[in-house]
Amino acid sequence: MNFVNSLLWTIPALPLAGFITLALFGDRIARRSVSRIAVGTVSLSALLALVFAFRFVTAPPEGQAFQQALWSWIHVGSFSVDAALRLDSLSMVMVLVVTVIGALIHLYSTEYMADDESYTRFFAYLNLFVAAMLTLVLADNLLFLFLGWEGVGLCSFLLIGFWYEDPKNGRAAAKAFLVTRIGDVFMLIGMLLLFWHFGTLHIQTLLGAVNTEGHSWHLTLAALLLLGGAIGKSGQVPLQVWLPDAMAGPTPVSALIHAATMVTAGVYLIARMNPIFIHAPGIQHLVAVIGAVTLLIAGLCALAQRDIKRVLAYSTVSQIGYMFLALGAGAWSAAMFHFFTHAIFKALLFMAAGAIIVALHHEQDMFKMGGLRRRMPLVFWTYLIGSLSLAALPLVTAGFYSKDKILFEVFTSEHGKLLWAVGVAGAFITALYTFRMNFLVFFGTQKSEIHKGTGLAMALPLMLLAAGATVVGFFELPAVFGHFTLFSSFIEHTLPGTHGDHASHSLELMLMAVSTAAVFAGIAVAYFIWGSAAKKSSDVTKRPLSRLLASGMGFDWLYERAIVSPYSAGARANAADAVNALYTALVSGIEAIAFSLARTQSGRLRWYMAAIAFGAVVGILLVVYA
Amino acid sequence: MAVIPVEHGLMLATVLFSIGLLGLLVRRNILYMLMSVEIMLNAAGLAFIVAGARWSQPDGQIMFMIILTMAAAEVAVALALVLRFYRQFQTLDTDAANTMRG
Repeated sequence: MNFVNSLLWTIPALPLAGFITLALFGDRIARRSVSRIAVGTVSLSALLALVFAFRFVTAPPEGQAFQQALWSWIHVGSFSVDAALRLDSLSMVMVLVVTVIGALIHLYSTEYMADDESYTRFFAYLNLFVAAMLTLVLADNLLFLFLGWEGVGLCSFLLIGFWYEDPKNGRAAAKAFLVTRIGDVFMLIGMLLLFWHFGTLHIQTLLGAVNTEGHSWHLTLAALLLLGGAIGKSGQVPLQVWLPDAMAGPTPVSALIHAATMVTAGVYLIARMNPIFIHAPGIQHLVAVIGAVTLLIAGLCALAQRDIKRVLAYSTVSQIGYMFLALGAGAWSAAMFHFFTHAIFKALLFMAAGAIIVALHHEQDMFKMGGLRRRMPLVFWTYLIGSLSLAALPLVTAGFYSKDKILFEVFTSEHGKLLWAVGVAGAFITALYTFRMNFLVFFGTQKSEIHKGTGLAMALPLMLLAAGATVVGFFELPAVFGHFTLFSSFIEHTLPGTHGDHASHSLELMLMAVSTAAVFAGIAVAYFIWGSAAKKSSDVTKRPLSRLLASGMGFDWLYERAIVSPYSAGARANAADAVNALYTALVSGIEAIAFSLARTQSGRLRWYMAAIAFGAVVGILLVVYA
Repeated sequence: MAVIPVEHGLMLATVLFSIGLLGLLVRRNILYMLMSVEIMLNAAGLAFIVAGARWSQPDGQIMFMIILTMAAAEVAVALALVLRFYRQFQTLDTDAANTMRG
């Protein structure tokens, strides 16, 4: 069965082929074929990924990873980069999420984008995104990984600005691109530092060298720089400002790129490079602190948003904060498990929100929704399941198991008590904003007309993901519930194991009780504020605190004042280009001399004669006397 | 035979050269300018003869023969130019031909 293993390259190649076909021949293909190509290629990738997952479990490959070298990409002296793929258990989880959820979102988009005139362009970008994301997670070399990293950034830019007729969307796209680019520069420098010190960018060799070297300032600096890259991509404080604005793109894009996959690339990067962070404990602690700060800030901001997609965007930032918290606490498998469940329930929430937005004719203001529970029962129930998972309702939801695993392992890690408290506060806030959203959208009186029902292509992904948002939690049960560790024993083929196993069951139960209490308190408070009298809260946005939260804690304001304005002012002041003035002066000086000399070319023969005679005299005098 | 001192010969050559140069500078008629050039050429030739006689060398006379030949060739070309010039401008004034000034 080596033949199947050699098909590894087709997983990213299929969506890429889809992109190339759509980009080259898209305008000559009927819409129906466009969706077949787009959905078909990604679904095939998903099928292949499932086959590989099956083989991974039944017949584990040598060294716990499928490998395939494709070609030598760059080879200069001692620097060589191979385009090689490596599928270990960490990549496996990422690939499954990207392809399966990607396929569902493609299917969903066929209906969501049905009336859009740039249908083909949309699917071409979406296919390219999936190909780039798969390259990112499968790459066996940091530079090859970076290719995918930039590829997804490009697709994110293209898709946020998909409706480019509105300049606002273009600005949001440019903002996302520029802010993530800050992180990318850090990451690139980090990669160069690693290459300079270890002489290789091949990930496995590099990590081996890191483990033998142990603690050194190179590693600390490299970890810090890689963290910079991860922060930019994953929308963590202080570079989180781009993600809420990225909601300008079509909703399937928000579901795929800005919730399920691309924004978690930072989490993947840190998990993949975990030895570097383990040998730089200070930076690893910083990861946890950034995660904690982010989950709190983003959660608070989500409380004050009116736009349903912006609530979800802040929620995504906040949930990735949990993942960073877990990474920082050394709970590697918990971080990946939360990534896994979050990808499912957040994609579900975005797609359900998209169904509402389409039904209400692109109305995104939650205060203009309301009472949709009876009119859109399917969307209501799936949205509720997603919300419960996000709010981490105990026992029945996937989000509970992953978030609880994070909180438990953070608590048992070194200096974890304060971070745990922040995490629990975050759980309370999560439940609060999640149910604020639910009460505003689905309960109360109906305020907008429903224009359009939800078709099968949109309903099917919703139902599948709703089932997933419940079931996948049982892949990983805590010690008190039978200690079933399918997910973590799978992922720990690649990532280091956890340390919390020795903790007592009573402690685990107690922590669980605290976070459960926080969740129920959040839901109850949400019910008292927004459940009964929805209209009362609509003018809350006028209060200064709400305004601060609605604007994202003033980060945009601060960056506008501190960076954008001075930069534009400088650019305007230098509009005439001071440096260029030197060269202009040089040119005009030479020009003036040339013109004055040109005047001697009078066309009068006698003047020329006089000049020759004068010159001859001077020449002779020089020869004789000098 | 009385020997002409070399200073006298060179002085004459200088005077002739100066007259020629002056003529070239002040005259606008192209024919007069040509004549001035001939005078300057002859001045140069005279200077060679005088110098050759002073050191009793034949080189000076050989150089004079070359100058003569060259002057003949120059006149042949120049007169053809003068004819073209007159056809073109209907005048012999060189200042009329300043159309290529910078």
